Amino acid sequence: MTLQSSPAHTPHTNAASATRDPAWHERLTSSWVFFVLIAGCAFITEFKPWVFFDRASLRSSGQFLASFYPPAHDAEFLSLLLTSAWQTISVATAGVTLALVAAAPLALIATRTLSISRIGNRSSVKRLSASMLFIPTVIRSLVRLILILLRSIPELVWGLLFVRAIGLGDTAGVLAIALTYTGMMGKVFLEIIESQDARPTQALLTNGASRGQAFLYATLPSCLPELVSYTVFRWECAIRSSVILGFVGAGGLGQQMDLSMKMMDGGQAVMLLAAFVVLVWVADMVSKKLRKWLA
Amino acid sequence: MKISLANIDVELGRRSEKRVILNDVSLNLAAGEQIAIIGPSGAGKTTLLHTLACAIAPSRGMLLIDSTSPWKLSKASLHRLRGNIFLAPQAPPLPPRQRVVHAVLAGRLAKTSTLAALASLYKPGDAAAAVAFAALAKFRVEDKLWHRCDRLSGGERQRVGLARMLASDTPLILLDEPVSALDPALGLSALKTIQDEATARQATLVVSLHDVQLARQRFSRLVGLKAGRIHFDLPASAVDESTLADLYGAEFEAASGTAQSRVAEIADDEIASATAMAIAEAPPVARCF
Amino acid sequence: MNAPNQSAGTPTPTAMPTATLTTALTTAPTAASTAIPSPPATHGRWVMLAIAALVAASFATLRGDWSGLFSLESLAKMAALCRDFFPLETSPAFLKQIAWATLETIAMSLLGTLLALLLALIIAVPAAGLNGSAMRGVARALLNVCRAVPELVWASILVIAAGLGPFPGTLALAFHTTGVLGRLIADAFENAPAEPFEALRRNGVGPVSAFAYGTLPVVLPQITSYTLYRWENNIRAAAVLGVIGAGGLGQMLYYRLSLLQYHDTGTVLVAMILLVVLVDAFSHWVRGRLAD
Repeated sequence: MTLQSSPAHTPHTNAASATRDPAWHERLTSSWVFFVLIAGCAFITEFKPWVFFDRASLRSSGQFLASFYPPAHDAEFLSLLLTSAWQTISVATAGVTLALVAAAPLALIATRTLSISRIGNRSSVKRLSASMLFIPTVIRSLVRLILILLRSIPELVWGLLFVRAIGLGDTAGVLAIALTYTGMMGKVFLEIIESQDARPTQALLTNGASRGQAFLYATLPSCLPELVSYTVFRWECAIRSSVILGFVGAGGLGQQMDLSMKMMDGGQAVMLLAAFVVLVWVADMVSKKLRKWLA
Repeated sequence: MKISLANIDVELGRRSEKRVILNDVSLNLAAGEQIAIIGPSGAGKTTLLHTLACAIAPSRGMLLIDSTSPWKLSKASLHRLRGNIFLAPQAPPLPPRQRVVHAVLAGRLAKTSTLAALASLYKPGDAAAAVAFAALAKFRVEDKLWHRCDRLSGGERQRVGLARMLASDTPLILLDEPVSALDPALGLSALKTIQDEATARQATLVVSLHDVQLARQRFSRLVGLKAGRIHFDLPASAVDESTLADLYGAEFEAASGTAQSRVAEIADDEIASATAMAIAEAPPVARCF
Repeated sequence: MNAPNQSAGTPTPTAMPTATLTTALTTAPTAASTAIPSPPATHGRWVMLAIAALVAASFATLRGDWSGLFSLESLAKMAALCRDFFPLETSPAFLKQIAWATLETIAMSLLGTLLALLLALIIAVPAAGLNGSAMRGVARALLNVCRAVPELVWASILVIAAGLGPFPGTLALAFHTTGVLGRLIADAFENAPAEPFEALRRNGVGPVSAFAYGTLPVVLPQITSYTLYRWENNIRAAAVLGVIGAGGLGQMLYYRLSLLQYHDTGTVLVAMILLVVLVDAFSHWVRGRLAD
């Protein structure tokens, strides 16, 4: 038969070397690196699971867990629970609203497709266009930089700083969420707008429409569902953030939770925790419904 | 393994819309026997193989494997029994990104402890790698031992799937169209390797083939399946053109003219596999066998 | 919502004369109001009203001096605080402390993510329905609870049981991440092609082995990218967890701020921002390389 002399086929002479895994050394090395890394991390993070089982912490966590039952359910606490939950929602909602108000114009300024100064690019005024383009480009880059800065400081740090600067209360939470989320939403809005087909917008701009007109009549209609859907998603995240901000003194469920944990009042803590899980779950549902409805 | 099917019916589909795939099928296989199943597409070849593999329970009739009735066994014993059966689906079920060595060694998993299986994923032992290498070498793809499955061509994938069979050690081998993606010469040699392996382990071998000439050439017993029924069960020497025409129906007669004439053209070359190639490359109608 | 019709109707917008555009603009609204009185629109009005009411109520019930939100007075106070951060503290001894805290932050995130990956893989198997639908429900519920409780809340609970330090922070990251990763991995398992797994099962292979040889290789790239993504998130989270005493840069920030050491605080903030920006850039780079 002809196939015995197929040129690609090499006979079994090199069988011993062929059965050696070529990736083995790499794999062995990465395993060692991995284990050393883990050991290092465990050392640095003082990873000692047995501390859970020493007598003092067993007693304190035992007491705390035991105090979960009965969950606090007196009328006074329940009304506090409800007002805190609402406070959490309102801080989140107000924060996201402010972020939306700030992020939308920033995104518009930074969007290249909405740039009027770039229209003349290919025309005869080529010599002028370099200097004409300079300032808008600087502005756009500046806005992008601001957005990066805003979102690279976590909301909790913003919260901590605001609480320090203007005192405890909702305002610190709202501003913390507003600033961080302006950064995030601005960036994503920008991405959404720039990923759209630019031609309808450019058509309006070349026909003399203003930025705002071009945005409203050409850009917005095609990307509105995405923009709204992302905003709703951010609102859902803001609920979580709002709870976390409470831990540094920005009010709401988080603050109550922090207090009850510090007082080792398990009955209250468990109720607050449950309220929080329910709240997140409801926000998740609402946001899913809204986004499904938008799609 | 000795197998006997008596008046088997197999139905597939949900309760409301059940379709009868196999109808009153009876078949006896002696231990170590080798047969080919042929028949038009949709005749139920794949279902028959799955029934033999105890993957589908017959709705009626009696299935005996080594004189035990598998569906009366406990779940665990049934699964142990399945460990003694190797079924290779037509499209080799190779996960992309898995390396060929693991895909081949997966053939031995039923006889490997879970821990050893997991350890082998990290580093296949030298002996295991040698087994995989030897299995691949029999199908001339040993140079692919450390390659990723998704980087293989269709023919190479099929051969890796067959090498998995070699790595297994089962007394019953069921192969669904094992050489469909190979060129005729390679297909012939692959089939020969499979049969030698089955002979060596004294295993019962059931192969479904769409290539009638190949089936006639390599197997002494052919089973024709048509519309879910056994159409014939004959020694290969007794299967002639009229039997086949009857099996494949009008399509065969229409297509056989061209196929036959092509066979006549190249018959001078006396390369049997070329015949198979001619048929495999005949117009689509003829390709159903 | 007449504009989509208009933009859809202009396949070559640059070539479109202005006259066509103006007619489109003036005629479209009437066409829309007569031809498409769509029921979702009325539905939409209610949703809009509900959202507006929520926003109005939120602002109305904010406690404290919410006019401060708009007077820019609070931003001015903030700016004043930021001015106090300068000059930054740059003594070598302090920088060394910061380096250690950064290392601690990264170690927490790494160990937390890996622990989470391990736990998630274990829980994802029942959560993907491999042990029956009852177990699937239980496992999914467990993952949902893990996910719903943020890292910081987990940390505040664990600090009670394990005392202050990076260890409860690591566990807090691990628990929350288990919820997130577990669900993603379970979904990946459920969506993976069943054939390789089924074929092995038909040949008598045990479930774990069949899973390791049939399903795992398919979903491994997905798991890797989810894990990297979560690690990136966790570095950011680890940086702030310390605020409640769970180690890392956050703890340092909180102490320095509480002690009114503003120059030190400024340096910690800069380190934090640098860390976050670097992680962003790094993950961007890794993602670009993985995509090839």
